[in-house]
Amino acid sequence: MRAPFARLTAVFAGDRQADRVVPPTGIIARLTGFTAAAMAFLAVFALALSLASGRLAERWSSALANSATIRISAPAGQMETQTRAVLRILKTTPGIASARALTREEERKLLTPWFGPGLALDNLPIPQLIDIRETGTGFDAEGLRQRLSAEAPGALLDDHSRWRRPLALAADRLRLLGLISIVLLAGAMAAMITLAANAALAANAQVIRVLRLVGARDTYIARAFVRRFTARTLGGAVAGTGLGMLAVALMPSAQPDGGFLTGLGFTGIRWLWPLMIPPLAGLVAFAATRVAAFRTLKGLS
Amino acid sequence: MIDFQKVAYSYGGGELLSEVSLTLAPGSFHFLTGPSGSGKTTLIKLCYGELLATAGRVNVFDADVRSLSRDGVAAMRRRIGVVHQDCQFLDHLPLAENVALPLTVSGRDADAADLADLLTWVGLKPLSAQRPPELSGGERQRAALARAVIMSPDVILADEPTGNVDWEMSQRLMQLLIELNRMGKTILIATHDLNLIRSTKSQVPARVLRIRNRRLQLAGSDL
Ligand SMILES: Nc1ncnc2c1ncn2[C@@H]1O[C@H](COP(=O)(O)OP(=O)(O)OP(=O)(O)O)[C@@H](O)[C@H]1O
Ligand SMILES: [Mg+2]
Repeated sequence: MRAPFARLTAVFAGDRQADRVVPPTGIIARLTGFTAAAMAFLAVFALALSLASGRLAERWSSALANSATIRISAPAGQMETQTRAVLRILKTTPGIASARALTREEERKLLTPWFGPGLALDNLPIPQLIDIRETGTGFDAEGLRQRLSAEAPGALLDDHSRWRRPLALAADRLRLLGLISIVLLAGAMAAMITLAANAALAANAQVIRVLRLVGARDTYIARAFVRRFTARTLGGAVAGTGLGMLAVALMPSAQPDGGFLTGLGFTGIRWLWPLMIPPLAGLVAFAATRVAAFRTLKGLS
Repeated sequence: MIDFQKVAYSYGGGELLSEVSLTLAPGSFHFLTGPSGSGKTTLIKLCYGELLATAGRVNVFDADVRSLSRDGVAAMRRRIGVVHQDCQFLDHLPLAENVALPLTVSGRDADAADLADLLTWVGLKPLSAQRPPELSGGERQRAALARAVIMSPDVILADEPTGNVDWEMSQRLMQLLIELNRMGKTILIATHDLNLIRSTKSQVPARVLRIRNRRLQLAGSDL
């Protein structure tokens, strides 16, 4: 038994004559090429979706993980002292890059969407907000909470983890769905090529019989079919991938703060990923046709 | 070369051939006769493994046909040239490529001059670009014979190779087989044509086998 790689290269090595002994498979081969093109096109989008949601998952979790808020609710008299205490604590807490108390004006802006412009903040017990930027390593939320409760009982740490998690999870799921789609497309491609190869083999039963009678080995006969279907699939997949990449390239470019839709593209080195689709499709076609051909040949005398 | 030991064959009903023992020695020349439907084609198919004996043993080149792998069968068939009664061509290929097919499938290139000589000998040179369905029965038979001998095989099995050709052409085809036999090839020809057998026997020491009542007999001097 030769190594799989040698078998693969043998398929592409010369021997045009071997192709001629099996008559053109016409419509079956053309449909195989078309289906491969369509599936490669879809695979490009599944891949783009998968990469984009992966990028999104990362961005969301890092953006959210790098910021937190402390809310101080205290009687008007204690507000100043507690705020100062909290800022002092934050200064000495490892993992915090900067902390800043929002001004009244900023808080008003934050609340305007809910309460309208004419809001008289001074008359309301509005909590003081402190915006925290973390360093890359992050801080110990539980430790900070304890220190806060000791020195500033009105302070409440909100580290976003409550709502960060489901968002990142959703993006992660989306990436997984994209990958599952690619696997399913590969499976559907294998199934389709198996059906097409079986149809071609059945249509050529008499040809195969004659070839066996004059001493052709199974490998020789199988190769004529394998080469044909691998070439058709490869051609279709190249066309489909090319069109898919073109379509993705024509989408509005991915912007750092753009929504999900503008992010549905490939960036930088990731443009190389879809280039894997045609060889993968060729490999699937090679394996599927080979298995189908040898199974059929075993059934003939 | 080919050796049958008490071979029987049945297509599912009663036995068509029973207790057939036969030895084709290297370089021998045999005719196979018998009424239509007596099993001549069946016996030839047993020789190259298209059919497997339902009882007994068929040895080809000292190997039990039943024990050969699929590649083993392919290798064995490359050493046996067969003229099938129904010819068996690839209808989408021109005649010349059909004749060269045994070379093609074994990965060899047909020598253009040899191929042309052979086609000329069987009178098909002008038709070499035609496709098999466009040929007459006799032309197809001649092409089948050309294909059977192109590999210069050790054994040639011909099933009614002259059934559809005129006397002169049949003599010409027989001349080819006689030449090959003189080169040491083993030959078995199934035929009804007693004149052909007689004229051949005057040139080579050929023996005549006859299928009668499911058995194989050596025919006597009545032929
Ligand atoms: N595939 C088959 N299935 C069932 N019966 C078959 C099959 N092939 C042949 N037979 C039967 O076996 C018998 C012998 O057939 P075979 O072709 O060997 O005869 P033959 O001696 O070559 O005849 P002919 O001189 O007409 O060519 C015939 O009665 C035929 O009907
Ligand atoms: Mg017959």
